[in-house]
Amino acid sequence: MTANHVNERMVHAMLLNDEVQLLRKVPYFCRVDPCKLKLLAFTSDRVCYEPGQVLFSQGDSSDAAYVILRGSVDLLTQSAGEELKVGDAGCNSIIGEMCVLSNSLQAVTARASTDVEVLRIDKDAFFKVIADNPRISMEISRTLAENLRGSRYEGKTRQNQHA
Amino acid sequence: MEKHLLRYIWNHTRPQQIWVLAVVLASMIPYFLAFDLPKQIINGPIQGGGFDTPDARQAFLDFDYTVPLFGWHFQFDGFELNRMAMLMALSGVFLLLVIVNGLFKFYINVYKGRLGERLLRRIRYELVDRLLRFPPNTMRQIRAAEVSSMVKDEVEPFGGFTGDAFVQPALLGGQAAAALFFIFLQNAWLGMIAGVMVAIQVGVIPKMRRRLIELGRQRQITARHLAGKVGEIVEGMETIHAYDTSNYERADISERLGQIFKIRYDLYRWKFIVKFINNFLSQLTPFLFYSIGGYLALRGTLDVGQLVAVINAYKDLPGPLKELIDWDQARQDVQVKYEQVREQFEPLQLIDPKLQTLTPSVPEHTPTPLAAFNVMIADGSGAHLTENVTLKVERGETLAMIDNVGTGAEAMAQAFGRVVWPSAGRVTMGDVDLLELPEAVTGREITYASSDSYFFHGTLKDNLLYGLKHAPRSTTPDEETPEQMQRWAKEEADLAGNHMHFPDADWIDRRSTSVFHGADDDVRQSVLRALEAVQLTTDVMELALHSFVEPTDNPSLTERIVEMRFALRNELSRSGLGNLVAHFDFSAYNKEATVRENLLFGAIRPATASDDDLEEGEYVFEVLKTAQLFDLLFDMGLTIAENVVEIFAGLPPEHPLFQQLEHLTADDIDFYQHFMKRRRNPSNSAPTDEEQREIVKLSLFYIEPRYRFGVLSSDIMRQIVAARDIFYTNLPANLRDRVERYDPHRYMGAATLRENILFGKLSHRNAEAPAKIRTVAAKLLREMDLYGPVMGLGLDYDVGASGRRLTLVQRHKLSLARALIRRSNYYVFNKPLPGLDRRVQEEIVKNVLNFLQEQDNNPSVIWVLSNTSLSRLFHRVIVFDRGQVVEDGTYETLDTNSGIFRSLVA
Repeated sequence: MTANHVNERMVHAMLLNDEVQLLRKVPYFCRVDPCKLKLLAFTSDRVCYEPGQVLFSQGDSSDAAYVILRGSVDLLTQSAGEELKVGDAGCNSIIGEMCVLSNSLQAVTARASTDVEVLRIDKDAFFKVIADNPRISMEISRTLAENLRGSRYEGKTRQNQHA
Repeated sequence: MEKHLLRYIWNHTRPQQIWVLAVVLASMIPYFLAFDLPKQIINGPIQGGGFDTPDARQAFLDFDYTVPLFGWHFQFDGFELNRMAMLMALSGVFLLLVIVNGLFKFYINVYKGRLGERLLRRIRYELVDRLLRFPPNTMRQIRAAEVSSMVKDEVEPFGGFTGDAFVQPALLGGQAAAALFFIFLQNAWLGMIAGVMVAIQVGVIPKMRRRLIELGRQRQITARHLAGKVGEIVEGMETIHAYDTSNYERADISERLGQIFKIRYDLYRWKFIVKFINNFLSQLTPFLFYSIGGYLALRGTLDVGQLVAVINAYKDLPGPLKELIDWDQARQDVQVKYEQVREQFEPLQLIDPKLQTLTPSVPEHTPTPLAAFNVMIADGSGAHLTENVTLKVERGETLAMIDNVGTGAEAMAQAFGRVVWPSAGRVTMGDVDLLELPEAVTGREITYASSDSYFFHGTLKDNLLYGLKHAPRSTTPDEETPEQMQRWAKEEADLAGNHMHFPDADWIDRRSTSVFHGADDDVRQSVLRALEAVQLTTDVMELALHSFVEPTDNPSLTERIVEMRFALRNELSRSGLGNLVAHFDFSAYNKEATVRENLLFGAIRPATASDDDLEEGEYVFEVLKTAQLFDLLFDMGLTIAENVVEIFAGLPPEHPLFQQLEHLTADDIDFYQHFMKRRRNPSNSAPTDEEQREIVKLSLFYIEPRYRFGVLSSDIMRQIVAARDIFYTNLPANLRDRVERYDPHRYMGAATLRENILFGKLSHRNAEAPAKIRTVAAKLLREMDLYGPVMGLGLDYDVGASGRRLTLVQRHKLSLARALIRRSNYYVFNKPLPGLDRRVQEEIVKNVLNFLQEQDNNPSVIWVLSNTSLSRLFHRVIVFDRGQVVEDGTYETLDTNSGIFRSLVA
């Protein structure tokens, strides 16, 4: 049966421990205790998208942050009815986290450009992990500061930044 | 209502009272005959009185009677009987009298009981009837629980009293008077003494009872307030919990109970003091007889025989007298209760019953404008909510009313809806005051809805159609009730002064639905369209999907759902969405389901309290052991425990993550942590049975795609699938009824409708699986003509007491939908959707206006808006400020003027 085939492939593709390894490559989380990352991964949903599917739309209320485990996502904005690509996000990057932090509406639309697998971190879980781990707050502040200093979206993709 | 209960009873049961009194008097004859008979039997046949010789005979049943005045003469010589035959004949008569007396007693008691119950029914009906005619301002001061305690409990003793209300005093009074008269006959002086003592008893005791009456009144009022308070606690439970005031409420209740105790204790003391004095007085009389009578006898002025006769006659006086005084006490008791109840149900003003006459067809009435002239509305404190409001609403007009300062618009809407009565000025429809028009006109021509509309306990459908139930369409209930029963019900209702219409009859007025094409499905269409307009359709659909249906109750629907199950599967795989659902397959492991679900492979009915919980039940473990899975799952559980402990260790129990896990609590984590620690030390003993099971339970709730620990090997999966057979072959009888095996061709009554349609588990890994499936399923439902029946299931949802099983927003929407189902000429909406966000509000207002304008009767709409910007959707806007109309015009004109409106909308 097709359903089971697909599932089997996905299930064996990645386990919780692998996710933890991937999370550690995300700058925010690289210095966080693996045990806490496991908790974060455990409380998050692993979700798949096909090319063209939308993770979230500009103007939606932001209720989760997404860590991309596989594939890449286009970031788009709507201006004067036209779609404008403002960047993309690839493996090991996190998107939507700023809007979760500031509790604002999504600033961009995220659309899968390839087959994408993400870890969807629920808003509450995200806050809880931040509260429990001062390190993450530090990392977020650092990233924010860097973004302020540099330019986040000007011509650069998010993937480039953590190089 | 009559001032005195006795009068009330007399007015409503006069012929019956007279009849029962006559029967009671008639019953006296065999009663006294039976008294005399034993003496005759003993003196006559047994002791041989009159049978001096062995073959002496006596006449039996002989009589000789002359009717006075007329001089008619009746005579019967009787039968000649010997001693033995006489004994038997007299004993036979005695038996006969016993039976006759018993039958009399039976008849009288049943008759009195029925009389009482009828009166009770009458008075309760009358009270509720009055309640239905209370004007709005009286209603506002009433506590529901108090009124229901009055109607239910406080009138209860009236029923018991009714039967004795007149019979008892007549009978006992007669007996007492006869005894007194007999004493007089024996000796006038001693008779005088007895008479004076009786007068003292009858005069003094009731006076002493005044205090009792007062206490009784207090008792009743405090008890009623207690009922009211308990009702209040129930209704305000959320607030009590929210503000931690439960102990304040406890204190309040305790104080009230203390007060009731004090009153009751006082009451007892007084009651028994009065009783003591009463007994004393009745025993004082014989004392006087003995002492004074004896003195006179010794002095020789009184014949000793006379004295004995007087004392004998006196024996019969205290009994009836005491009962008479008891009766009087009962009378005063119910009278006090009656007065207390009556006081509450005699407001200054009642709605004329003529205005509420049952009117089956819509009364003749020409459509006319609704208008207000100089209307003043006062709130409870007397402050004016509106001042001299004059306005007119033409047919077909849509009118937005908004408030700047104050609540004038809301008050006006209430006046149009007759929820409040103006304190001055009038609201008219045509030229007639709204309050003088029958409710059959106003209650159908005008539809009022606000956010605090009430819902009755029943299904969603009952509540939605509530606004159509003006009059029964037939005078008979459903055909199942036999005609005899119907006739009985009608006659009985008539005798108790109740109106008899069967609530089970068809009350839905099919001519006043908003969708009105004269077709059979007008009601259905109205309901569906109204739900659509207020955006409740998805909610109702959800309710339906969560409901349980027994295939035996609804075979055609469940069969078609099974058909749809296959159609959905085909449709999904055709559109490439086959991977969204992992279907149940008896020969394959379902990865999206727990290990336990995979083993049971069936839907389980919730256990009744007496059953063991199935998952922990012996049987599941038994099966696991037989299938040699127990050890495998134990090892798997250990790995899970390790992971779980690693993840959760140190998290506080209130951590939100625990809520995400249905089967795991902080205590469990503690247990696993300790267990793992102990296991690391090899010197410790092997885990107990109990502990092993706890670990296996971890495995039982494992879902690989959800937990992602990678512990579920294909070996285990294969063995679990194989164990299904073992599970079902040896299933014990008590579980057999509860477990319903997944069968793709059968509907499972133990599973929800959603589970039955899906027949599988949604993929955990596809974020949009639910949304996508919903779209496909919705399309299929319509294509397969299942939409209506499934919505019907949702409409059968029980809304709970005052609709509490629905959310607040759902209730607001439902209230609006209920209004939209009715076809009226005027719709008054008083901020019906306060809690909704602006976008939804706008959509619903638009939908509602469009929906109503489709009707061919050109209805007017008055809408009090909380969101002023929506006023652009209406023909005309009225702005209230401090209870006065300050602006009135189209949205465009008001928007160009630089008045209050502009500042409100800006």
